[in-house]
Amino acid sequence: MDNFTLPLTGGLLLGLSAIWLLFSMGRIAGISGIAWGSLAGPDRGWRLLFLAGLALGGFATHWLIGQPIPEESNAPLWVIIASGLLVGWGTRMGGGCTSGHGVCGLGRRSPRSLVATVTFMALGILTVLVMQAVSGATL
Amino acid sequence: MTSWPALISGLLFGLGLTLSGMSDPSKVLGFLNITGDWIPDLIFVMGGAVIVTVLVTPWVLRRSSPLLASSFSLPAAQTLDKRLVGGAVLFGIGWGLSGYCPGPALVSLLYGYDTTIIFCLAMFAGMYLQGRLSRS
Repeated sequence: MDNFTLPLTGGLLLGLSAIWLLFSMGRIAGISGIAWGSLAGPDRGWRLLFLAGLALGGFATHWLIGQPIPEESNAPLWVIIASGLLVGWGTRMGGGCTSGHGVCGLGRRSPRSLVATVTFMALGILTVLVMQAVSGATL
Repeated sequence: MTSWPALISGLLFGLGLTLSGMSDPSKVLGFLNITGDWIPDLIFVMGGAVIVTVLVTPWVLRRSSPLLASSFSLPAAQTLDKRLVGGAVLFGIGWGLSGYCPGPALVSLLYGYDTTIIFCLAMFAGMYLQGRLSRS
């Protein structure tokens, strides 16, 4: 398999998912918002259905199509916890994540989403650089 | 409200995330690691997704209403503010620490790894705490 065929196919499916949700229900396919709303409401119903579909999609990829399951992250526990807290805090504060701002927001040509996407991409790159430097120094 | 379309959207999203390799945090970190052994996969994932939304969204929003709902539910905020940028900064740092953003983390719960479960619990805790502290 070409090493870009699956990523591109997956990307097109993500775009299609966002378009379908907007076209059918008028909603933004932003996962952080959907995840929080599925617990806290309002309108928990459609959000829970979306998450059920998300699980079905993953199930289909690995157990029907047979694509190998990725390995577990080898990051230390404190990194995982800090990462989760920051991702949860940051996405709620900033009103979206990779999907809501990146995929949907850029599609709507939202200046807010463009600023958010550039910002979190830059900080993601910077964080990896810093972590590499820190772990390189301690090895 | 008609909710079943959300199941289809979620299914497509789950397929997209897992087929593309986004649910593999080492691949995501490899993409963010631009000075190391760079893994370009995410360019194709984001590129493929954004090409579709950029081309089709204006056409969808030209309708007076969605197919199965009375109106579009779009974010009301228009201005750039500190909350938006501050939130994106914190999210970016968190993303770069583990390689997990919310969608891939949630779909990875299927794999049954302790790290993914802990990440998701921490993520929901972060969302809860942000709401609590910004209200007070």
